[in-house]
Amino acid sequence: MGVPNVGDQVPELKVTPDKHLPNRYAGASGDFNPIHIDPEFAKAVGLPNTILHGLYMMGLVARANTELAGGDPRALKRLSVQFRGMGAPEQEIVVTGAVKSVDGDRVVVDTVAAQGDNQTIRNAEAEVQL
Amino acid sequence: MAIKTEAVGKEWPATTYEVGKEKIREYATVIGLDNPVHLDREAARAAGYRDVVAPPMFCVVYSFPALAPAVFDPEVDMNFAAMVHGGQEFEWDEPACSGDEITTTAKCLEISERDGKGFYVFESTSVNQNGDQVARGVWTNIVRGV
Repeated sequence: MGVPNVGDQVPELKVTPDKHLPNRYAGASGDFNPIHIDPEFAKAVGLPNTILHGLYMMGLVARANTELAGGDPRALKRLSVQFRGMGAPEQEIVVTGAVKSVDGDRVVVDTVAAQGDNQTIRNAEAEVQL
Repeated sequence: MAIKTEAVGKEWPATTYEVGKEKIREYATVIGLDNPVHLDREAARAAGYRDVVAPPMFCVVYSFPALAPAVFDPEVDMNFAAMVHGGQEFEWDEPACSGDEITTTAKCLEISERDGKGFYVFESTSVNQNGDQVARGVWTNIVRGV
């Protein structure tokens, strides 16, 4: 596959995590913080309900950027994100990105993960080797 | 109240994690990754890996155990009730494959205060059994109202 140009969009990724996704992510990752898996605890600390793990959403951002290189896990060299809005289960997450710079076979992609107008991850910068 | 910064520069004891094929499958499945290099040994070897290869963000699985004692250290004195995970960065080098033994060390890079918020920044460095660096992480936690 050819090296993309500055401004090219990366393939959009859409995922709707089901109600129990945070439990499965907790098991897979080892992060059992109760704000992600216990609705009563989440409400007691002032959240509307359980929230998605930020690192789960970062995992989706990594997936979207890796797909730029045909899914080759070696291609992703660096990923830096800022967590902003809280993510909720049972709402569609849309990951979008655009190529910010190209240096030889290395591209830097600016990525956003959002649920509707709520940008849960922004200023995400991925360095991908093609 | 002034923020405590004595822990800046502190390092915590290393943890070692052995990467397993089924753990990689479990993680890849949750993220929705269907590339067979994460699931099937033959496919991974055909693609040039020693064994089934972990997705890059699997680094949270092997590095998190090293971070836990750092963030819970009383010397760091972080108020969890007001803490959010503000930012995260990873850099990847050698891929992590099933059977690898990955050793991670954690270090406190920064504790600072800006606009009434405390910034607690930790670094994790992970190397494999050959001494090759696998991943480096920078974890930023933000505490409101310090």
